[in-house]
Amino acid sequence: MKNVGIVIVSHSPLVAEGAASMVRQMVGDDVPLAWCGGNPEGGLGTSVEAIIAAIDRAWSDRGVAILVDLGGAETNSEMAVEMLDGDRAHKVVVCNAPVVEGAVMAATEASGGASLAEVRATAEELSPA
Amino acid sequence: MIESSHLQAAIVAMATTVSAHAEELTALDSAIGDGDHGANMKRGFDAVAADIDAICTKPLADALKAVGTKLVMTVGGASGPLYGTLFLTLGKELAANPEAYVAAYRKAVDAVAARGKSEINQKTLLDVLYPVADALEAGRSKADVVAIARAAVAGTKDRKAIRGRASFLGDRSIGHVDPGARSSLLLIEAVAGVLP
Repeated sequence: MKNVGIVIVSHSPLVAEGAASMVRQMVGDDVPLAWCGGNPEGGLGTSVEAIIAAIDRAWSDRGVAILVDLGGAETNSEMAVEMLDGDRAHKVVVCNAPVVEGAVMAATEASGGASLAEVRATAEELSPA
Repeated sequence: MIESSHLQAAIVAMATTVSAHAEELTALDSAIGDGDHGANMKRGFDAVAADIDAICTKPLADALKAVGTKLVMTVGGASGPLYGTLFLTLGKELAANPEAYVAAYRKAVDAVAARGKSEINQKTLLDVLYPVADALEAGRSKADVVAIARAAVAGTKDRKAIRGRASFLGDRSIGHVDPGARSSLLLIEAVAGVLP
């Protein structure tokens, strides 16, 4: 796939899936997209294993941008990136951006063929420094 | 010298105390967080305990890494990567310098701080882990180390949270013991009870 991929990680699978549908509506199938939400037992939370699987599903050699909601989603995503097999960690970033708006903006940017750095910057413009 | 047999006893002790105090941890977390710390910690340490035979046949450094990986994969909250990083780093450091336990512990606590992008006095588990590192480096007795950890947990009560979900509450986080500090003490007490 020629475009950067997007991964959405929320404590709630409903939020993650909903955000992913909004992304699909915007960019169709032009961007590799995956989501995950919920802890390893299916309650609210996040799962490193599920995040790694989502990164694999949305994989693009041009990189993957991850959008997260709250603290544990960020920490678990950073852990998941470090645990990726192969030499892939440097091609994945966790964006400091609101999950829904960030995912839609990042995917829109990615659909135009932007680089991983450009996709991340677009998402992070939504968060005041 | 610490061996995998000590780790085996420590895993049982940690899983037992986390399970026994799961409701207390959840109550502390409900006051200033999202109320899942007890269930998350129990899930993680139950998973470690379920794998105890496979883990403890490994050399100590590899066994510690296996504990860390298991916690990372099963806890489901920020405490998974935090405690996971503690054990993973202990294993990594002891693989490089066997028996340099105190130095390994200090490196492991620094790694937890880096993972959480936090530091001491922000009302987190670091408020307990760092004073314990200082006490170990000062060569304090096991009883002293546990007493210092207990005092450190109590000290989180009047502190305002700067990191973690509790920081959303600002001043309203004051007056509650930090759940991560409390779970750290549980683990320290459990380990102190089985180490030579």
